[in-house]
Amino acid sequence: MRSAAVPAEAALVEVFREQAGRITAALMRRFGDFDLAEECTQDAVVAALESWPRDGVPANPGAWLQTVATRRVLNQLERDQRYRRKLARLTVEPQPDEQDDRLRLILICCHPALSREAQVALTLRAVCGFTTAEIARAFVAPEATVAQRLVRAKRKIGLAGIPFRVPSRPELGERLSEVLAVLYLLFNEGHLSTLGAVSSQRNLAEDAQWLVRLLTKLLPDEPEVLGLLALMKLHLARGASRFNLSGEMVLLADQDRGLWDRAQITEAIVLIERAGHLGRPGPYQIEAAIAACHAEAPSFEATDWQQIVVLYDMLMAIAPSPVVRLNRTIAVWKVDGAAAALHELEEIAPVLDGYHLFHAARGEMLTELGRREQARAAQLRALDLTGNPAEQALLRRRLFDQ
Amino acid sequence: MKYVFLFCGTAADQAAFDALSPEELKQRYAQVGRWFAENHARLGPGNQLQGPESATTVRFQSDGKPIVKDGLFLEGKEIVGGYTEVDVANLDEALAMAKSWPGRGTVEIRPVIQQR
Repeated sequence: MRSAAVPAEAALVEVFREQAGRITAALMRRFGDFDLAEECTQDAVVAALESWPRDGVPANPGAWLQTVATRRVLNQLERDQRYRRKLARLTVEPQPDEQDDRLRLILICCHPALSREAQVALTLRAVCGFTTAEIARAFVAPEATVAQRLVRAKRKIGLAGIPFRVPSRPELGERLSEVLAVLYLLFNEGHLSTLGAVSSQRNLAEDAQWLVRLLTKLLPDEPEVLGLLALMKLHLARGASRFNLSGEMVLLADQDRGLWDRAQITEAIVLIERAGHLGRPGPYQIEAAIAACHAEAPSFEATDWQQIVVLYDMLMAIAPSPVVRLNRTIAVWKVDGAAAALHELEEIAPVLDGYHLFHAARGEMLTELGRREQARAAQLRALDLTGNPAEQALLRRRLFDQ
Repeated sequence: MKYVFLFCGTAADQAAFDALSPEELKQRYAQVGRWFAENHARLGPGNQLQGPESATTVRFQSDGKPIVKDGLFLEGKEIVGGYTEVDVANLDEALAMAKSWPGRGTVEIRPVIQQR
């Protein structure tokens, strides 16, 4: 039975997203082979992309995909004796709960024994139902390169004996932070770069958000998952004000706060509070809390910078990094003035000398202190170090303003 | 699944090891001994190797002619100090074991090709 009208492609994306991970996971549980399950699910997605727009979408698209994928697996097994031998390779621990299968799938795709590039590509294909071509477009890579990367990653899963399982604590925490790092990278790729739009239908930031929301359902008591979801919402809430009409980047201080999505901000704050009640702070929760401070402030000057300094101190205690220190210095600037901030900035100068935002921040502080020549030199250095056209334009404007 | 753990280290690791006091050295060996005892059931054959200065390399040229040379295959940057076979269910179990290795340096985990 086929429905008469072909729904918008956006609706198809939702079908693939909802079904691909479930089907891959179910086939994996049944046949014990990740490569085979993943490949055949992909075949079903590609077949659907071909036939649905032509023949209409079946009444139950999930069942259609499942049937096609399963048939492919069985054909493959019949045709290729080698596959039968491969079946024994993967260790599948029995899991009564069907929902958990997608968690196991996400964990295998983001296993720390795989390269970050492989984790990203596998997650998009196996869990979100991206085609190889869509992944290639998202990362501006040749399709053959992405295909090769996927083949190599799946071969490693089989050969190295990466298991299809959900580890127990404390290992789960470690594995989860690997997963969250992959999802945050996907989100940033979609949100920060103009390359993120795969097509008018698929956007990496949306898929990343969908994945984190899925994780909040699979692991409702993990505060860092809630923290990351809140952080993503806060970034998206401010998305409309990040660029002006001529496509130039607008700094936080100059953004039109009236454009910020208040509903998203409120939702994010609810998530941060929910995470807080679980009593296990972590980097994503703190970053989300910092973003919330900005989102709630009526203006840049009226921001609770003191609170932001405190949050950065917490972040430095859990996940210290030079970039976190740089960001903390900017809050210190607002609380204690440019001289104090500049003093702290000099301490991290050796580590961050190659980082354009370090020199950009230093340039602004020097400007405020009236040290024009040094400020100009710092800003030129920043301009030198950035490859992003939007940031280059911003730095050039700043140099001209003086 | 069967894996081989290659216990590797850099020259810096070796220097840090050589700098241990006799008391620290005793402690380190005791920790390593405990690790082997705790994992006894999952360990196959393995050995600690003599130092890199004892190594000899036979390298085959493209025409098949073997050249015998003093020294390591890897140009002295990373040194394999020992190895052991490990028999566990999957990579996660192997990783958990390797993470608990008290000998420092680097542990390379390589799956063994299963003979049929």
